[in-house]
Amino acid sequence: MTDFLLELRSEEIPARMQDKARDDLARLFAAELAKAGLQAAELVTYATPRRLALIARDLPAETQAVSEEVKGPKTSAPPQALEGFLRKTGLTREQLTERDGVLYAVTDKPGRATTAVLAEAIPAIVRAFPWPKSMRWGAASTSTESLRWVRPLHGIVALFGEELVEVEIAGIRSGYAAFGHRFHHPGQITIGSAADYVEKLRACHVIVDQDERRTLIRNRAGVLAAEAGLSLVEDEGLVAENAGLTEWPVPLLGRFDAEFLTVPPEVIQLTARVNQKYFVCRDASGALANAFICTANIEASDGGAKIVEGNRKVLAARLSDARFFYDTDLKTPLEEQAAKLSNIVFHEKLGTVADKVDRVAKLARWLVEEGIILPGTGRGTSEAGGGGAPQAVPPAEAPLHHQPSADGPPPRTGEELADMAERAARLAKADLVTGMVGEFPELQGLMGGYYAAAQGEAQAVADAIRDHYKPVGQGDDVPTAPVTVAVSLADKLDTLAAFFVANLPPTGSKDPFALRRAALAVIALVLENGLRLSLDEAALRIVWDLGLKPYRDRMQSDVAFNTLMQRIWPEFPDHPDDDSIASRGAALMAEQPDLQPFIKELFGKFTDDAPAIMKNALPAAAALRDFFADRLKVQQREAGVRHDLIDAVFALGGEDDLVRLLARVRALQAFVTTEDGANLLAGYKRAANILKKEGVTQIVTPANAGVSGEGAGQEPREAPAFAGATDSALTYTPEPAEAALIAALDAAEPAATAAVAAEDFERAMAALASLRAPIDAFFDDVTVNDADPAKRAARLALLARVRAAVHGVADFAKIEG
Amino acid sequence: MAATPLSFQKMILTLHDYWSDRGCVILQPYDMEMGAGTFHPATTLRALGPDTWNAAFVQPCRRPTDGRYGENPNRLQHYYQYQVILKPSPADLQELYLGSLAAIGVDMTTHDIRFVEDDWESPTLGAWGLGWEVWCDGMEVTQFTYFQQMGGFDMKPVAGELTYGLERLAMYIQDVDNVYDLRFNDHGVTYGDVFLENEKQMSTWNFEVADTATLFDQFRKAAAECENSLAAGLPIPAYEQAIKASHTFNLLQARGVISVAERQAYIGRVRDLAKGACGAWMDKNGWTA
Repeated sequence: MTDFLLELRSEEIPARMQDKARDDLARLFAAELAKAGLQAAELVTYATPRRLALIARDLPAETQAVSEEVKGPKTSAPPQALEGFLRKTGLTREQLTERDGVLYAVTDKPGRATTAVLAEAIPAIVRAFPWPKSMRWGAASTSTESLRWVRPLHGIVALFGEELVEVEIAGIRSGYAAFGHRFHHPGQITIGSAADYVEKLRACHVIVDQDERRTLIRNRAGVLAAEAGLSLVEDEGLVAENAGLTEWPVPLLGRFDAEFLTVPPEVIQLTARVNQKYFVCRDASGALANAFICTANIEASDGGAKIVEGNRKVLAARLSDARFFYDTDLKTPLEEQAAKLSNIVFHEKLGTVADKVDRVAKLARWLVEEGIILPGTGRGTSEAGGGGAPQAVPPAEAPLHHQPSADGPPPRTGEELADMAERAARLAKADLVTGMVGEFPELQGLMGGYYAAAQGEAQAVADAIRDHYKPVGQGDDVPTAPVTVAVSLADKLDTLAAFFVANLPPTGSKDPFALRRAALAVIALVLENGLRLSLDEAALRIVWDLGLKPYRDRMQSDVAFNTLMQRIWPEFPDHPDDDSIASRGAALMAEQPDLQPFIKELFGKFTDDAPAIMKNALPAAAALRDFFADRLKVQQREAGVRHDLIDAVFALGGEDDLVRLLARVRALQAFVTTEDGANLLAGYKRAANILKKEGVTQIVTPANAGVSGEGAGQEPREAPAFAGATDSALTYTPEPAEAALIAALDAAEPAATAAVAAEDFERAMAALASLRAPIDAFFDDVTVNDADPAKRAARLALLARVRAAVHGVADFAKIEG
Repeated sequence: MAATPLSFQKMILTLHDYWSDRGCVILQPYDMEMGAGTFHPATTLRALGPDTWNAAFVQPCRRPTDGRYGENPNRLQHYYQYQVILKPSPADLQELYLGSLAAIGVDMTTHDIRFVEDDWESPTLGAWGLGWEVWCDGMEVTQFTYFQQMGGFDMKPVAGELTYGLERLAMYIQDVDNVYDLRFNDHGVTYGDVFLENEKQMSTWNFEVADTATLFDQFRKAAAECENSLAAGLPIPAYEQAIKASHTFNLLQARGVISVAERQAYIGRVRDLAKGACGAWMDKNGWTA
């Protein structure tokens, strides 16, 4: 058995591509071997910036000889069949083998030299290599068909044992020659075999094993920090990236001017990491230290002094720029920045970011005013705070100061909270036009929080601005501070409703506006804080507001119109369920008689527009509700909640309160796993199947006493008209099991209904559980398909009643098992 | 590193000698305002087509939004790039490049040179390429690119482009922290003596003074003149007008009067002009895409 070595040497491979390249190399290599019936005992892959390598262990010298047998005609077959077979196989009659009266063509394929297999495999792998981005180069690139590689490919080492596997790809011939470190060992070296590859390169300042380089960087950086009395801020992403940028990594610690520590630490850390790939450190108190650790690729002859100094200068320049942005941004109040958002398009169909901010501010206020979010904590179920007088937020013209504002008290009253939520929402996006966020988009929110605190906003407002993008993905902190919850929730609901009403939902793998993430964030906010929110209601408010876009647009472009509108805009209907539009119009005309003709004409037109807005809104809200259902299933899967049970509750329709929905799902999950639950489910399915088989989606038989026409054409679950009506109208004496089921339903139905209304879903399940025994007995003792059409109809109606009663809690048809 | 580090102008002269010795045509800067050396017709237009083309030149670059009123130690709205274009890209381009660094005094036993992924794209030129930013002790000193497309056309063959940031390299070679402290020559003239006042005045003009109505008008006129030239079958003047439109757009950006939505439209407009000129240049030379 022999080991095989392959090294593909190129110009510098991007660090982020190296891991996947190793995986791809191993996968493609294994596949090529498998085609020839070969398999290595082990495949080891290496990547450095300048090479991608593979060692395949224990390959045989040649592939196994195989004998292929092709079945031909019977000996008794007509001569034409034999001739055809001989033509196909290219054999003569004498070369065929006969067995049990059938002819076979047997071809022996001798084993092939493994080197021959490899010589074919290597070009195939190189040409098919799935780099995320590849390029052409050099004189050969006169043709666009020339070889593509991640960067120019320069050398191939391919050794089977000590034997060269000869290949030539785009003019590059394989050989024994490899190259060591670009600066420490620029000359050519000769590789003997897979056995000496790693060590020969190490002798030439190349650590070919990426894991070894990572370990070295991680450990050395930690030691350097400790030696300086600091602790390293660990960052595995940076470890891997630096290992992908070096063949001989040498971490070095440097210091930057402590004066830069006035810049927010997140900014320093970000610029160090993203722009320079440096680690940062904390001091004993946990604060960011004025130190950085860079990873050089050489063992410098001066011990790294010049490298550290050079890197220090670069970082100083970066930080100096960051400080320039920070200081400049601090000179402009956030409301002035926010005004610039009217120049930024949110989406061409959805107006500007300023429009969005206005919608979010209104919705955030509404969430508080409706009592969905209460003062104290974000939790909607908590008690409202004391009745202190609302504290005015600091005036917009408050002088700027750089100290963070004092930890003011959190909002104590609903009105105070509403004001803070609206204020935070109106400033939340202002940092998008600041210099710092322009330079570092990742700092959105965070910088707004800093600038808000610096201009004296209440701490709760500054915190809300800082955190309103949260949660950004699973595992991220879910806000609980009430102001933050209001802004975060309103922002995401607005995004979702807006894109759904614009008919731009995610499709397949495409989710350009990150709506799935927004929906997951809404679910997390609602559940974490126990918010009792009608998603439909929230969505309709946003859609309504979006429907007013033509009015807003005209206010922007038409000065005269704007002047008039400004006088009535605060009283403009902000929701279709508000006072009817007509009465609002009448009230406005009474208040401002000089505007009567204007208001009359405007509201006349508006009355025509309103139904169109709502017509657009309802399908969007329904689509959004389904979207939430799907997201909820994804989100709850980890918590062990069964997706079919979520479907079973959503299928009832109309449920848009996620807290109530999940409570019902949880109760349902507890119930269906009990024996009663499992048996009731079986009974329900039997009933439902009979009804389906009999075509009873509704009861139409006139003999079905007590059922009026109102049940016709409706799903049974919407036909509670069965309830209580059947037994009184029976034209025959029911059998005991039948009577018992009727009695059980008479008891269970109101109990379940009341429990559902009280949101006591355990009790609702218990009420349903009481049906289990009577249903079982009914199926045991009673013939549904009775010869008497009246009995048959009545019993089908009874089963429909069972189905309807169960549907009062959940659509059991959706439950699996 | 040499005993006395090279002055700014000596560094340029050394690069000229180095690339001249390697067969490059040494050109002088193009006499128009542009954001990068890549806009120079010796790069953009000459990169197209099958002919061998090796050239090196200094190009002043204007980036109005990078102005800092002379207060930032290394951000300038006007600075120099040293541009080398080699078509087809030679197999030893990395080694040639490292040789040029050695020639200007970079000691690779004490300094850390790295090729860090940086794919280059110019939306306004309809161009892209793969390559790196070359780091010296963490500072980006050169953009190293294998052009793959220019003006929307595939490169046949591929050209290699080296763009040295001359001020950064000089700061590093001379070991100064502030660009204005650079020795421009060996006779006591600093970079600040030459350019500090320029930076102050131009930053003020770029950000605060330039008349935006005039700029919008200039943009429109440059675009119209580009099309006029194309209609007359003159790709070179058409391309010059595309350069003019591009720089005017940069000034409008600095004045903060272009919204995010409009920005894409303006970039698209400049790209169409540049592509039109590149296409006409291909046609004129009888090259097919």
